[in-house]
Amino acid sequence: MSLPEMGDLSSKTSADNIKAEVFSSPAVEAKPLSIEEMTAIAKKLRRHIISMIGKAGSGHPGGSLSAVEIVTVLYFNLLRHNPEDPHWPDRDRFILSKGHAAPLLYAALAECGYFPVDELITLRQLDSRLQGHTDRTVTPGVEMSAGALGQGLSFGIGVALAGRLNSQQYKVYVLLGDGECDEGQVWEAAMAAAHFKVDNLVAIVDNNGQQIDGWNRNVMNLAPFSEKWQSFGWYVIEVDGHDLSQLMEAFDRAKLVKGQPVVIIAHTVKGKGVSFMENNPDFHGKAPNAGEVQIALKELE
Amino acid sequence: MPQEVSMREAYGKVLVELGKENPDVVVLDADLSPSTMTHLFASEFPSRFFDCGIAEQNMVGIAAGLAASGKIPFASTFAVFAPGRCFDQMRMSISQPQLNVKLVTTHGGISVGEDGTSHHAIEDLALVCSLPGFTVIVPADAIETAQAVRVAAASHGPFYIRLCRPSTPLVYNEHYRFSLGKAATLREGREATIIAIGIMVAAAVEAAESLKREGIDCRVLSMPTLKPIDEAAIVKAAAETGAIVTAEEHLEHGGLGSRVAQIIAGQLPVPMEFVAIKNTYAKSGKPAELLRRYGLTAEDIKQAVRTAIKRKGE
Repeated sequence: MSLPEMGDLSSKTSADNIKAEVFSSPAVEAKPLSIEEMTAIAKKLRRHIISMIGKAGSGHPGGSLSAVEIVTVLYFNLLRHNPEDPHWPDRDRFILSKGHAAPLLYAALAECGYFPVDELITLRQLDSRLQGHTDRTVTPGVEMSAGALGQGLSFGIGVALAGRLNSQQYKVYVLLGDGECDEGQVWEAAMAAAHFKVDNLVAIVDNNGQQIDGWNRNVMNLAPFSEKWQSFGWYVIEVDGHDLSQLMEAFDRAKLVKGQPVVIIAHTVKGKGVSFMENNPDFHGKAPNAGEVQIALKELE
Repeated sequence: MPQEVSMREAYGKVLVELGKENPDVVVLDADLSPSTMTHLFASEFPSRFFDCGIAEQNMVGIAAGLAASGKIPFASTFAVFAPGRCFDQMRMSISQPQLNVKLVTTHGGISVGEDGTSHHAIEDLALVCSLPGFTVIVPADAIETAQAVRVAAASHGPFYIRLCRPSTPLVYNEHYRFSLGKAATLREGREATIIAIGIMVAAAVEAAESLKREGIDCRVLSMPTLKPIDEAAIVKAAAETGAIVTAEEHLEHGGLGSRVAQIIAGQLPVPMEFVAIKNTYAKSGKPAELLRRYGLTAEDIKQAVRTAIKRKGE
């Protein structure tokens, strides 16, 4: 294990570790890209997602494709991070709570340079660093082991509180699924984030409207969704989750909010970008077959 | 009677000391801080104390996030609620990534008493021991509690420490040194070995002293570290005494007895007897009444020792 917090605490406190790393690590800001450049990257990420899941023969394309623009803006415009030094203590944190969207995160991390793009194709294979759901112990850049839904927002609060206690300036971004918000823990965390006034935390909900058993409104109605977050004490921003400009603007606005956490409800389409996957819950957790991969990649040219 | 001291109070006090020594120590609770005694830390270090309300899943998740960012979080509630209310969170947010979270729970077992079934933690050890990488400690008294909490703070990785509600007789004196992963031999003996955890350690000593008067010579091992367990001490006890009795304030499956039996079965089978709660829930009652009703007294240990010794020749 190479994580900085894995050191022998009896001989060296974690505070010492943090100080040591601050001096050894350059503060790298993501080079902001233009909308055109990000549009191209989003398409590239979608192609990776289809190829990876197709090769693996299993995985979750629908909820990976719906969050592509969100993750693109974060990794290619917003986050202060350093792929050369994934454990840089002052990095902004991106926590993928909906761990089944791992292929999307892996694609973004690879394109940022955390590991070779060639490695993406090993998704879900024995001994691969790219596990079926995210695993912070093996993949560079992955902050949290997720996949059991509902746990990421709590984890994010902990990371945000640590940053506040240390007077660090980093921001914590947590991506949730809308179906994931069925979990009670999400609302325990929503209450706590407002109570602790963690304003260095931004939650983003990939609000694609669907979960495994169908439309949310039929499986377990979340409405009124925005009002729920508001009543829990959050500053709510709603955007078209496939509109890069709207997303960038939302993240900028989120930075200005003080004294309360911010949630960006990003309205998205499950399976976005591949005609036969769009709004099709069958592709929540099913891989495209070889023919479907070809059609999908053609659509994403 | 030896002096009776509260493990919980020992925990609360040592937390305050740790808080003074290391600014990275933070504490979380789930609306039970006067009972778990984390309120002592809260009043000393309010900015490093997070009351999460009655929401154990969220508390465990926040603790994991703090640990992932270099803090040393101690999170406390009753043993029946952690792991009971937050097992998956302990599994995925703490155990899998091996994060440096210390769960210290109080009100373990049925000596909780009158609150009844809903508050009796009798399966927590089975659940926690099932999680890879968790170190599990069940101290025998307040002195061992303070030392075990210090060891947990100084060691990396997930810890679960289970304390009881009532004040208990001191088993150790100030010269005792808790050693992680090691059994403590409290009494030498040749005919059988009693292996005990938690409040059953004092009962085991009492049983052994009483049996001595009957002419039965028992070894007593305290096994404060339930996981990783001291295999060598168990095998040695089997080899040298030929019979083993385990005693725990827990269901008979998944706790101390099961762990010892696995080692005995694999390495050196000898007759074993189990002093534990038998596949049932306990009801309301005074702690001493419950321990009698559910078979967790020195008398029950003595009977188990006699049975185990009798089985040796079979």
